[in-house]
Amino acid sequence: MSLGVATTPNLTKHLLGIEGTTREQLETILELTDRFAEIGKRPIPKVPALRGRTVASVFFEDSTRTRLSFESAARRLSADTLTFSAGSSSLSKGESLRDTVEVISSYGADVLIVRHGMAGTPQRVSEWTDASVVNAGDGCHEHPTQALLDCYTLKQQRGALDGMSIGIVGDIRHSRVARSNVLAFSSLGAKVTLIAPQTLMPSSIENWPVEVSNVLDDVISDLDACYLLRMQSERHSKGLIPSLREYAKDFGLNERRCEMLAKDALILHPGPTNQGVELTAEVSMDARSIILDQVTNGVSLRMAVLFMLLGQHETIQQDEV
Amino acid sequence: MNIVLKGGKILDRKGERSLDVSIGPDGKIIDTGKKLEGDREVDCSGCVITSGLVDLHVHLREPGNEEAETIETGARSGAMGGFTALVAMPNTEPATDCLAVVEQIRTLGRKSSCEIIPSAAMTVGREGKEMVQMGELVDSGIGIFTDDGTGVQDPQLMRHLMEYSTGLESRLGRPVVLAQHCEVHELAEGGYMHEGEWSSLLGIPGQPAEAEELMVMRDIALSKMTGARIHFQHLSTSGSVQMVREAKALGLPVTAEATTHHFTLTDSACSCYDPVFKVHPPLRTESDLKAIKEGLADGTIDAIATDHAPHSQHSKEMPFDQAPPGMLGLETALSLSLEYSGLDLPAVLGMLSWQPAKIAGVDDRHGMTVEKGNPANLCVIDLDETWTVSGKQMSSRSSNTPYEGWNLRGRVRHTLNNGLLVVFDGESTK
Repeated sequence: MSLGVATTPNLTKHLLGIEGTTREQLETILELTDRFAEIGKRPIPKVPALRGRTVASVFFEDSTRTRLSFESAARRLSADTLTFSAGSSSLSKGESLRDTVEVISSYGADVLIVRHGMAGTPQRVSEWTDASVVNAGDGCHEHPTQALLDCYTLKQQRGALDGMSIGIVGDIRHSRVARSNVLAFSSLGAKVTLIAPQTLMPSSIENWPVEVSNVLDDVISDLDACYLLRMQSERHSKGLIPSLREYAKDFGLNERRCEMLAKDALILHPGPTNQGVELTAEVSMDARSIILDQVTNGVSLRMAVLFMLLGQHETIQQDEV
Repeated sequence: MNIVLKGGKILDRKGERSLDVSIGPDGKIIDTGKKLEGDREVDCSGCVITSGLVDLHVHLREPGNEEAETIETGARSGAMGGFTALVAMPNTEPATDCLAVVEQIRTLGRKSSCEIIPSAAMTVGREGKEMVQMGELVDSGIGIFTDDGTGVQDPQLMRHLMEYSTGLESRLGRPVVLAQHCEVHELAEGGYMHEGEWSSLLGIPGQPAEAEELMVMRDIALSKMTGARIHFQHLSTSGSVQMVREAKALGLPVTAEATTHHFTLTDSACSCYDPVFKVHPPLRTESDLKAIKEGLADGTIDAIATDHAPHSQHSKEMPFDQAPPGMLGLETALSLSLEYSGLDLPAVLGMLSWQPAKIAGVDDRHGMTVEKGNPANLCVIDLDETWTVSGKQMSSRSSNTPYEGWNLRGRVRHTLNNGLLVVFDGESTK
């Protein structure tokens, strides 16, 4: 599945986005995730797979969940972890991004988990380091591990995504989660509908493999899964919507809309949720919500990604020993 | 010492003729003719001898950002590209908004390989709030005012600048040119590339074509109201080209330039996320590129400019939003224009030499015919030479060319600035 952007091949050395991956690659990762999910259920959920490897989280933008999820994944694989966050860096002292990347690489990291507020930064980083790079969210571009864990969670419930109708609701324009999920969901055979007020839609998506609606009520009853995006109030400039109240009224998942949603439909959210905006407190308790499964699966999925990217090195090392 | 350019073909506004050109120690053309002789004979066989190129839009970075470029290195880069006159943009630090900075630039310019023509800011500090001392600057010879890098946002202030400038025409001896970088700040803010299909895919926030077009529309209306002489810098959208076309049809005193990058590159170039492709106004779509070429072909656009904008490598090795906008242009402009503008050779030279010379008000010494008595501001072009673009090998202090690795045809063999061979056989002598 491709939107036509030529990027470096994904999932051989780096995971920079869902763009450029094949359905087979995505399925391989999801299958691998099953194996690591099993490890998570053991009394001591730790394996020596990446012993001696160093995983550096390089976060130029605040994140608690994604960083913890990656670091948990790394530790369960017995990798060493390094943490770099922009606040404690010298980037603010006039150092270029490249300088920063070269310094971090020199500490011997095998993988850099990069989050940045600007699209494309992980790709640039990958050009300046010998380490593997995993995109942990770049601006309004992609968040591939989130999309993969979402696919995994849906697959867990339904066996496959083929033929599913998935609605993504909310701030599509500023959402890296939406971009990655459009690619991943459609790659795995689902039909995707983007649902948002026009100001929160990307400006030109005529060639995307999606349906588009500005009215949630029009399409909600047709959905097999309703994926609510976080309203990133810190992201968009003022004036895109009249108020959070009006947004919640028109695009929030409330009890009335839950009634319209199919009995066996699924509710997803990448977290953290704004209760009362994207969904009401009652809805978050709805049996159809698989939001907590998403969080749990995040660690297993990221173990699979780290293992996959470092697998090759692992083989080489065993041969040497 | 007399220099004779031998064996070349003269091509200027008057047409072409195979004649030698002899140049005297005073920097003027002594004569043109067959088999001329002189103290120093410069081989021009197989080459075109034409008037030196004139760039209406160059960032020389001095004073203020000498790490990226100086007047000396920028002028050398210009001479290597066949230019003999460069209009220096005023977004220096401090801004070129008063006589002191203008004089500094002129002084440094006199020692350089090109004639440096300072433009002055329209507003103090390029802040868009107060007019500069326009009369005083005009009296010192400043003919172009611009806040380039930004447009004057306040329509009331712009109206007043236009009105005031019309009153200075008699003092300058020609209309004062107000050159506008058209970009409505509120609509462009937070956009780092063209807003469209590519920005949507790449997740880079975009700025719409309308951010430029609204200001083009406003300034055409105000020019109609005030009669002021407006020059539109770096037109980049099809809508802008069409509006300028219509304004010219109405007989308004407007001119326009387009940059080489806006007719050679599109927004798809940003897909590698390398800020070497970040520029303001941004690279647009294929259909905008086509419209620029149509504008060049039908004379809606009067000049090809470079918007030569050097930036240190360090400053470009940043996330796309943090890297400064701008790209080098002086050393690639001629070759790119020959190959990609859709214009034939005489039209390319018109766009790069005599038309911009007229807009800059230097047509008494640049962009002139290659004839007896005229100053020898000339360039000699080998149309067949092919070469590969390399940022590191450029004479500019910076290397941020978006054309790295491109194979181009046509290269400057010699450049003469006031009779001095500042580029000889493809090498800078200064």
